Amino acid sequence: MQEKQASNEVNNYLNQYEQLVQNGRYGLYRQEFEHDSCGVGFVAHLDGRPRYETIANGLHVLQRMQHRGAIGGDKETGDGSGVMVQIPIEFFCNRVSHIPLSDVASYAIGMFFLPKSDNLREQCISIVEKTCNEQGFSVLGWRKVPVDEEVLGAFARSTEPAIMQAFITWNENEDQHLQQKLYVLRRTIEKTVAAADYALDQFYICSLSNTVIVYKGMLTQDQVSRYFIDLNDELFKSSFCIVHSRFSTNTLPQWKLAQPFRFMAHNGEINTLKANIHRQKNREGFMTSRVLGKDLEKVIPVIDESGSDSSMFDNVLELFVTAGRSIPHVMTMMIPEAYSPEIQMSADKRAFYEYHSPIMEPWDGPAAVVFTDGRYLGATLDRNGLRPARYTITRDGLIVLASETGVLDVPESNIISKGRLYPGKMFLVDLQQHCIIPDNVIKAKLSRQYPYRRWIKDSRIELRGLFNPSQVPAIDHQELLEKHILFGYTDEDLKVILTPMASQGQEAIGSMGNDTGLAVLSDKSHLLFSYFKQIFAQVTNPPIDPLREQLMMSLESFIENASNPLDIDERQYRSLKLYHPILSSRDMVRIRTNPHEDLHPADIDITFDPEDGKDALERAMRRICIEVETLASQGHSMMILTDTHAKRGRAPIPSLLAVSGVHQYMMERNMRSNIGIIAETGEVREVFHFALLVAYGCDAICPYIAFSTIRQLSEEGKLGTLSAETAADNYVNAIKKGLLKTFSRMGISTLHSYFDIRSFEALGLGNPLIEQYFKGTVSRIGGIGFKELTWEIMQRYNQAYPAHRQMPKLRQAGGFYRYRRDGVPHYWSFQAISLLQQATKTEDYAIFKNFTSHMDGSYRTIGEIRGFLDFKETVAIPIEEVEPIETIMRRFASAAMSIGSISKEAHETVAIAMNRIGAKSNSGEGGEDPKRSSPLDNGDSMRSRIKQIASGRFGVTTEYVMSADELQIKMAQGAKPGEGGQLPGNKVTDYIASIRHTVPGVTLISPPPHHDIYSIEDLAQLIYDLKQVNSEAQISVKLVSEPGVGTIASGVVKAKADKILISGQNGGTGAAPLTAIRHVGLPWELGLAETQQSLFINNLRQQVIVQVDGHLKTGRDLAIATLLGAEEYCFGTSLLITLGCMMVRKCHLNMCPFGVATQHPDLRSHFHGKADYIVTFLRFLATEFREYMARLGFRTVEEMVGRSDMLKSTVPTDSIKGRTITLDALIDFPRRHDRKLMHAQKINPTLPTSEFDKRLQAFLTEEFWKFPYPVSLEFPIANTDRTVGGSLSGRIIKQFGSKGLADNTIQVTLHGSAGQSFGAFLAPGLFLRLIGEANDYLGKAMSGGRIAVVQAPETRFRSDRNIICGNVVLYGATAGEVFINGMAGERFAVRNSGAMAVVEGVGDHGCEYMTGGIVAVLGQTGKNFAAGMSGGIAYVYDPSELFDTRCNLDTVELEGVWDIDDQTRLKQLIELHAKYTKSKIAMAILEDWEAKYPQFVKVVPIEYKKVLERMKQNEYRDEETLSVTEEVYHG
Amino acid sequence: MADAQTTFFTVERQDAPFRPVDERIKDFASVHRMLSNETLRQQASRCLDCGVPFCHMYACPLGNRIPDYSEAVTQDHWKEALDILHSTNNFPEFTGRICPGLCEASCTLAVNFSANTCQNIEMTIVEHGWKEGWILPEIANYRTGKKVAIIGSGPTGLAAAQQLVRQGHEVIVFERSKRIGGLLHYGIPNFKLEKSVLDRRLGQMRQEGILFETDVEVGRDLSARYLLQKFDAILIASGSPSARNIHVPGRTLDGIHYALDFLSQQADLLEGDTFNNEKTIDPKGKHVVIIGGGDTGSDCAGTAIRRGCASVTQIELLPQPPIERQVSNPWPQWPRILRTSSSHQEGVKRLWGIETKEFIGHDGHVKEILCKKISYENGKPVPIDTSEFIIKADLVLLCLGFIPDTSLSLFKDFNLSFNESGYIHIDEQYKSSVDKVFAAGDVVIGPSLVVHAIKHGRLCAQSVHSYLSI
Repeated sequence: MQEKQASNEVNNYLNQYEQLVQNGRYGLYRQEFEHDSCGVGFVAHLDGRPRYETIANGLHVLQRMQHRGAIGGDKETGDGSGVMVQIPIEFFCNRVSHIPLSDVASYAIGMFFLPKSDNLREQCISIVEKTCNEQGFSVLGWRKVPVDEEVLGAFARSTEPAIMQAFITWNENEDQHLQQKLYVLRRTIEKTVAAADYALDQFYICSLSNTVIVYKGMLTQDQVSRYFIDLNDELFKSSFCIVHSRFSTNTLPQWKLAQPFRFMAHNGEINTLKANIHRQKNREGFMTSRVLGKDLEKVIPVIDESGSDSSMFDNVLELFVTAGRSIPHVMTMMIPEAYSPEIQMSADKRAFYEYHSPIMEPWDGPAAVVFTDGRYLGATLDRNGLRPARYTITRDGLIVLASETGVLDVPESNIISKGRLYPGKMFLVDLQQHCIIPDNVIKAKLSRQYPYRRWIKDSRIELRGLFNPSQVPAIDHQELLEKHILFGYTDEDLKVILTPMASQGQEAIGSMGNDTGLAVLSDKSHLLFSYFKQIFAQVTNPPIDPLREQLMMSLESFIENASNPLDIDERQYRSLKLYHPILSSRDMVRIRTNPHEDLHPADIDITFDPEDGKDALERAMRRICIEVETLASQGHSMMILTDTHAKRGRAPIPSLLAVSGVHQYMMERNMRSNIGIIAETGEVREVFHFALLVAYGCDAICPYIAFSTIRQLSEEGKLGTLSAETAADNYVNAIKKGLLKTFSRMGISTLHSYFDIRSFEALGLGNPLIEQYFKGTVSRIGGIGFKELTWEIMQRYNQAYPAHRQMPKLRQAGGFYRYRRDGVPHYWSFQAISLLQQATKTEDYAIFKNFTSHMDGSYRTIGEIRGFLDFKETVAIPIEEVEPIETIMRRFASAAMSIGSISKEAHETVAIAMNRIGAKSNSGEGGEDPKRSSPLDNGDSMRSRIKQIASGRFGVTTEYVMSADELQIKMAQGAKPGEGGQLPGNKVTDYIASIRHTVPGVTLISPPPHHDIYSIEDLAQLIYDLKQVNSEAQISVKLVSEPGVGTIASGVVKAKADKILISGQNGGTGAAPLTAIRHVGLPWELGLAETQQSLFINNLRQQVIVQVDGHLKTGRDLAIATLLGAEEYCFGTSLLITLGCMMVRKCHLNMCPFGVATQHPDLRSHFHGKADYIVTFLRFLATEFREYMARLGFRTVEEMVGRSDMLKSTVPTDSIKGRTITLDALIDFPRRHDRKLMHAQKINPTLPTSEFDKRLQAFLTEEFWKFPYPVSLEFPIANTDRTVGGSLSGRIIKQFGSKGLADNTIQVTLHGSAGQSFGAFLAPGLFLRLIGEANDYLGKAMSGGRIAVVQAPETRFRSDRNIICGNVVLYGATAGEVFINGMAGERFAVRNSGAMAVVEGVGDHGCEYMTGGIVAVLGQTGKNFAAGMSGGIAYVYDPSELFDTRCNLDTVELEGVWDIDDQTRLKQLIELHAKYTKSKIAMAILEDWEAKYPQFVKVVPIEYKKVLERMKQNEYRDEETLSVTEEVYHG
Repeated sequence: MADAQTTFFTVERQDAPFRPVDERIKDFASVHRMLSNETLRQQASRCLDCGVPFCHMYACPLGNRIPDYSEAVTQDHWKEALDILHSTNNFPEFTGRICPGLCEASCTLAVNFSANTCQNIEMTIVEHGWKEGWILPEIANYRTGKKVAIIGSGPTGLAAAQQLVRQGHEVIVFERSKRIGGLLHYGIPNFKLEKSVLDRRLGQMRQEGILFETDVEVGRDLSARYLLQKFDAILIASGSPSARNIHVPGRTLDGIHYALDFLSQQADLLEGDTFNNEKTIDPKGKHVVIIGGGDTGSDCAGTAIRRGCASVTQIELLPQPPIERQVSNPWPQWPRILRTSSSHQEGVKRLWGIETKEFIGHDGHVKEILCKKISYENGKPVPIDTSEFIIKADLVLLCLGFIPDTSLSLFKDFNLSFNESGYIHIDEQYKSSVDKVFAAGDVVIGPSLVVHAIKHGRLCAQSVHSYLSI
């Protein structure tokens, strides 16, 4: 009965889902936003002999990675798991009786998902059979795959397809090119079914091959073998088994998205996907294949766009492999390693990569890919090494490779080698030759297959090689002014944008957030650029670090040519190579006058005659497209879209429109690759403009007015003594850096993969415009068209060229960054600030009402979405019936503001105020003084109930975690999504440094990504860690509004977060680059509505609390937020304003004259804020919110959540631009719904303590917790035992305080492979001795104690060749000791601020961002050691004297260990290492100490050294610290 | 820009110094001395360039871009500063001298530190510009052929005239007095605004093509009908018409004058005019009493002192304002506090809460004033019955403000409508009830500051221009 009820629920849900989601859309939700990520691995035998054991092992590996997958809204359906194996000939021969099958591989098997309905299935089967016959194949017969459907979760069962195998043979003479023919056959079947009239979405071909077969489904890891009965049969034999388990953001029934695919399985996320799709479509326009011949037509389009990123990767991989390249070759093309000039590699290999770069853009993003074509079985890693892959090889030829080590129990003595994949490297097994081919051999072979080096040398066209330049004439002052006005330059553009770039080579930084309206809702003229909001990476894919890991990034591009990518010859390289996409005026002359036969430039005028009728702009665009087409067909290859002809009588077309229009037009005609597009435009000036043009298909850009302006600034002496040339160089450098930063926000490393990506939401561009000119861009609220666009152009044109031939005298002031009259209006106006301060100081509700009515009115006049939403008329209830403000205020929290960005006084005042009203304050990133946990004498408390965990992990100790009621993981920040944070050195006072565990005066950087979250399952792991340590705290994840945030939110819920914060783009900041403040992210209204809709359709909404922030200031704001789906609210800027902030916007300069956002003691003494002001503000706010509740008839907040049906859109009819939008999708409300599923049900934050820690703790008696005594324990351990010691450490800190226990009180010896986060948050007194190996995140946030990882005694290879622990060791550790008797992976000791470690080798990016502690490396180091290291010391054993080539010397110095203190310290360290691990290497060094110590190099950060010296001399003074923005300028 | 500025709290605010009292009361030259440009630069660098510049957004009626010109000065780009200044203000040399400095009162630094010297910076920029010869006539390169008559040559009329002539219109300014400038000439004493400063600017305006017709009173010398016929638009900027009187016994005695009569006579005297003894208001050796505690009163005091009076007493009906801001009067509002002008420093006795009961005369000439003290309860005046006292007064100057007067022949001739307060009724576009006729300045809002007058003139000119461009 109960079961039936459950299945009814599921059916209801599914029905409802189908009704809601049509064409992959519902409200703001789009299916294309979905992400996934996973665990992956394979098991194989070198001898190539099929065994059942291999299958069994594979399934075992799968189960051991259970924690890397996810389960859906019904709590039992997996996101998908599966295996790929060799076709088990013996099995089919013996077990399939109704079809005559031989015992040799003379047939192919198609693994089909077919519709459940008999009728539809028959249709499909007949299509399959018919197509087979047409293509020279025949179906021998069908086999229904035996499954146990009882195993399935409810969702999975309700969408379960019929799974059948078709046995297919072919004519003998077709043997040749069989693989190609099967490919063509499969594509033909797929296309025929897709073209059939009836809905056949259940139809899918998992595999169709004569060598391999895929078994997969909507299964959890352990369901695979139970569901597919075949997999339990001893005859089911294979020489390899690829396994995959999926973690997806959605829970929607999608059987086909389970992996493996036909050639590969992928763990990670392809960030560049949209660009890859666009490029592939483009390639298809001119592709031919000698191998496939005419059949190529049948397989095109290659990409199935309903698939996931991984499946699309598989599609393209399949094409290139089938067309003739080997699978390692194609993998190397698609996931190339970085080859920037700083990286050492052979000339041949570099040539190989360079040659392929015009043919194939990198599929960039975190990726560990396992692949096979039946013969080769391999794995490769992305260039940044953002996914783990560990392997083990035994003496008898067993190979296990997986996301984790320890997934298969292998006797240690039997292992001949263990390792991990290095970034950009490949691991390959040749099952025919029975050998493992190392990366260098594969690449050497590939790069010498053809004479790539010669081809490149002969074919390269470079700009510098072209003609002599001529001087560019200076521009007349008045003419320049007119052009400025014409292109919308304001004084601010000169002052705030260009001047800093030209003088510092760096984009300026600002503070506080963006509090201006949306371009489409404004009555002023905006540049087309302003409509676009960049999408950025959060959670499912990480942003990357363009500063510290720059050698992975590239701005190189090729202006394309259209030679066939499926062929391999020298023509493919024949294109213009650019080192970056910014062209100077001289470059333009070079291009125009070049004599090269392949480069025929042509000018296309992108201006129009404004007198030319109403549709002048549209006609001009048509004219331009046709002109380009004609010129291209006449053989011109370089289209220079130029607006240099703009003048009185010729208005310029927005460059983005022209570029994207031409690009799209030529794409549609398959002619895009014949040409390069260069924009020569006066409009472009800031980083974001360049990024947009590139993202919409521009190959290169010449910003001629920007250059002229810089020249003028220099001549006017506004750039100090800089010459015009140097200033222009600086500007170009600033743009280059800014572009890298822009890409990195998306998690993209190269311009090549950013080109044509179109990852933006065009907020306020109408669909006709999008369809014709910006296809693929998200636009969900409609918006302007040509008419309004023309109006905007004409506004500027008329100002530049006023009637009566008058001359304009001044540019507009601007007012975006600093409020100016007649400039861009801001919400925080002088009225708003004064009214709010008065209301809260005098506790006058009437003034507060003035404030809110002023603010609410400004949303409409200035242009915020909520200004155009209104409440429907309804029956009000008496206000007495509404819940009291006290319970409402419990839903309030302060936004994360760190003590560092704001003053101690302000930070404490906020905390006191929030605690007084039962709300929560947020520590922000940067720790909190433990003293604040004790209440004050008057009963107030300064404890922040929310503790934030951000990427810098500053001050994140076990004690910190234990002192929280809520732990907030900051994935992004509204003012600067995709950015890290930074605290300038002069804000790092003694006090701040002590809570952050750093050194005073040293600039602190938080990296863009969390180095332990490169993927959704990593987030799940961090949540698991935190819950282990503090089981009572709610875990919250902070996301920023962007298209697709709802989908990410679904993933976050499945990662078991208790709360999601949706942040609006308007949030404040202490310091951020201006581009990030203005152009990234969306208003909270959109993100919140999308989150509510997505969680609801995924049946996840009730599992999570949804919180919102980003400029909430009035009761009406809260009412609208609640109706759109929020149930908790955060406040940031408004609180600071009540405390005296006047929006001076000087936070980043430490110069706040009100003592709010400064650490300067003189200024802090001027802080006059009081907790009462905040209390009054929030009481008033709750009071007003309650009035709205009464008016709308809601008694509780709970019943109000998500009731978007109470909202109506009131789009203005009188505003020229605003009237074009529609907000219907925002307030889309499901007609059929269950109220209970629309808001958070009781959230129970406890997650059971891990079994392992339970076992540990079981040995500790009551007595122990009172009077601790030494305990010694010993256990076996497996990779499924994660966060070992976390729960115990939390308990120790809770019981005994931050000092924990006496050294070595609890000693635990463990044997085996430890799971992720071994020893995370370790407390003092705990000593974990692991004999065996460990996975990623060992010692994360370690706060004391000791870890020793010791090579098992049976191990028979050298410890300094043994990868004994994974990536990201000691991330954010603050204390403790770690001894590792082997090598560690990437990013060893990243952001370590106090732990001491000895290790025998590390991967790339060792000691990155380290701010304290000591690390000794006794073996090899990878690339980029010490990048961004600002504190602490590393000693590296460097007998080869090559270390300096692998060290990033930007912030550190290398010295010998000549100082006696250093010698003593190092020797002690090594002695301890020898003591705890018995390391042979340590002993060897100690034995010969006098000869060995000189071979050590000491790595010490320059700033740190200075600070140490100063401290030594006791002369440290505040004003001596480094200048505020030094980091920004030099970083 | 590495704008890590600390000067706002490391450098003290420095005002332009006054000349010593005993020196300055001997002449009518400016009371101020200029600071060096270098000092000014340092002062300008104190500007924080706030995200929300209250000075510019809230306080200054003209919206002077104070942060922008301060930055330009800091960087030594005086010409650019001048352009920025002129973009919002036609006459910074006037406002730089006589504006009360609303901007400084709302400067963010005024909260915890001391305000930036916005006004002095303004004056120095423009004086530097004159000195360097950067301020040249800006002659329109196009003539619209439209004619505009402006009635009144005060700051409103002048600002409007300059704006309109630069847009290519033909502009004639009619002034009923002998000299151009309205209150700039007749109301503000030379020691606050030297007339050479005014003439210098008028010179530029004449070169730009503005015609000034003095001694012409519209409604008497010229008819409205004539103007309506001959001009495409008419702008009435004739200022506040009538001084407020006081109705107490003895008012008709000799020796009781309106402040403006006294001040304008002084202005003419300094221009070299002579008056016969009967008409001359001579404070020399007299006990002067000024009734009214405002700025005009203070101007009268300074003038009387320079003319060698025996004593000056200034009495005010209202109570003495507080020394510091009250809670009810928070920043950034204009602080209602006790202000001491340069004239006050020169020896003025100030009395607050004083009601004038009677002028007591001798030989038909005023000799004393009977006064009564007033206390205030909840803001309401309560006379203190037993507090009557007498002040010696040989010369009484009435500085009681101005009142509207709808009966002027100028207004009647145009047949204008008035609003409830008795000022000319205008719409948002500064249009009066009569077609073609615009009005702006004190004549529509009542007596106000010069900055307001200039703002009105500029905005009204914009409306007139749009009207003429249709």
